[in-house]
Amino acid sequence: MRIVLVGVSHHRAPVELRERAALGREQAAELARVLKGESGEAVCLSTCNRTELYLADESGEDAERRAEAALLALESELGPALYRLGDEAAALHLFRVAAGLDSMVPGEGEILGQVRTAYNAGAPGPVLDRLFRQALHAGRKARVETAIGESPASVSSAAAALAEQVFGDLRGRKVLVVGAGKIGDLAARNLLSRGADIAWIANRTADRAAGLAARFGGEALPLDRVGEQLASADVVISSTSATGWILERSQVERVVPARRGRPLFLIDLAVPRDLDPSIHELEGCYLYDIDDLQAVVAVTLAGRRREAERAEGIVAEEAERFREWQASLDVVPAIASLRARAEEIRAAELRRAKLSESERRAAESVTAAVVNKLLHLPTVRMKEAAAAADGVIYADAVRHLFGLEDER
Amino acid sequence: MAELLFWPAFLAYSEAALAYFGEARRPGIAGRLATWGVRIGWLVQTALLAVQAARADAFPWSTWAGSLNLFVWLVVGAYLIWGCQARYRMLGLAVLPLAAVLFALAHAGGGTSVHGASSYSDLFLVLHVGLVLIAFAGFTVAAGLSALYLWQERRLKRRETTILRVRAPALARLDELSARTIAVALPALTLGIGVGIARLRDRGGGLDALMAVTLVTWVVYTSYLALRLGTGLRGRRAAYVLLAGFLLVAIVRLALPVTHFS
Repeated sequence: MRIVLVGVSHHRAPVELRERAALGREQAAELARVLKGESGEAVCLSTCNRTELYLADESGEDAERRAEAALLALESELGPALYRLGDEAAALHLFRVAAGLDSMVPGEGEILGQVRTAYNAGAPGPVLDRLFRQALHAGRKARVETAIGESPASVSSAAAALAEQVFGDLRGRKVLVVGAGKIGDLAARNLLSRGADIAWIANRTADRAAGLAARFGGEALPLDRVGEQLASADVVISSTSATGWILERSQVERVVPARRGRPLFLIDLAVPRDLDPSIHELEGCYLYDIDDLQAVVAVTLAGRRREAERAEGIVAEEAERFREWQASLDVVPAIASLRARAEEIRAAELRRAKLSESERRAAESVTAAVVNKLLHLPTVRMKEAAAAADGVIYADAVRHLFGLEDER
Repeated sequence: MAELLFWPAFLAYSEAALAYFGEARRPGIAGRLATWGVRIGWLVQTALLAVQAARADAFPWSTWAGSLNLFVWLVVGAYLIWGCQARYRMLGLAVLPLAAVLFALAHAGGGTSVHGASSYSDLFLVLHVGLVLIAFAGFTVAAGLSALYLWQERRLKRRETTILRVRAPALARLDELSARTIAVALPALTLGIGVGIARLRDRGGGLDALMAVTLVTWVVYTSYLALRLGTGLRGRRAAYVLLAGFLLVAIVRLALPVTHFS
């Protein structure tokens, strides 16, 4: 069985091309069924960054042609952006994809779930089943044994992670969003996904505040009422286009006693800044602006890249293990034939012997042990040879020596 | 036997203390080595205490050094409740070097060997020494949590870019855990002091320096809880109060015990 991969990804194709080759779950499942054909195997992995077709077939060339035609049928201009990999290279590529090492942001967490979805929806046989299960294992192992996926990779996720450094669990923490723009919306969604309560949205335009508040289940406020909620809020995100301070030190200072020691985390995503930087000097107040957050992200991304090097080692180990397994497939038929031939001879000789019932039982046991012991070492050696890429030579030698050619 | 058990426990605590320094520089395997050092050390020390208890004629930790041995065991035991979690490993940086030094002091003072009879009743010693040491162990762990709070708060105030790489427990969580620890330790100290006062009334005897400082310690921690409930004392100021309380605990444990234990 040969493994073939034909695909297109963010490395070589812009989003305008990738979006035309993107497949929904049902479409991917249907394409896998079609590509599988009579005796092959197929899995289609389609995410926003890639569409890849994995096929396993007796004829690698035929499988590659089918996969390429399928992708070109989705978008005829894909040709120059397509890449083709076979066997070991294809397996290593999938393992790297599952570990997030081929992603735009190294270690991003979504890809592992997407690989699992593709595997579940696909039409794998013994080879692709083993390949995808081992890829999922490699992806999990890389995440568990390294910190590749632990640090935030964007300003909004860094803001949420920093809020967790102050409060721990964000469930039930009240967030005041100032400004109903895209950046604030993104940061608010990140906090919401971690359990925070988007309690108030303040904006100069009442309609936009009301729209965002309805979406998050909060209360819309005019900008001049921001100060009123400071005593109750835990997190403040500000991202307006105002030119002056939206929140001054004196406003925050006034509410500090009423907060009874509860910390206040303020995120200023606006340029020019919305929040008076001296708020950070107040006890229990932590103010981070866009530069502070970007500096944190830069360090965490550098950390991810360092961890990626360790993850590459884990993935390479898993790929090697898969290669050994795949190579052992070359000798499995020869081993099976050899054992069947030995068993056949043993049974025939026992049938010919004139033995009592108890003698037959004893002879059965002794001859079975002799056959097993005799064949154990050749079996182990053939598997080792297969792992070292000499499997086919050994298998042919065994077939020739024991007259197994007809059973090939 | 008890002597033989001291060394592996001491080496394990020392290894853990060193590994925590390694963890602070580069998180990863050093942290796991430290956790295992603490676990092994604590188990061996438990065996040491069991041997002491089995072989002694009376309460085996009635001397200053003996009580220090028990104190170290209680502190490390209390630390182990959270210390196995990756985020609380940095607490080990405050607790384990201290535990290793105090354990060595206990050994130097003969607190890890088997002792003969005591002039006090076993029940009194178990209640008085046991309760006071449980309380002091709690105050020590609370001080460790407070030190960690101040470190984490400083990093947030300095906007350290590595804050998400070397992660510590959240400020609010550290503050809450310190308060909970005090809420458990303070009643133990109150009862321990109560037992001591009851014995003083029965048998007579005067107030020594250690008793006076212990009472001041009780006042500090009671005030901490009262202020927390009454005025919402939290955060940096609360951490300073707990560290001040711990300074008194250190004085009680290390500087004043001579007269009290004689």
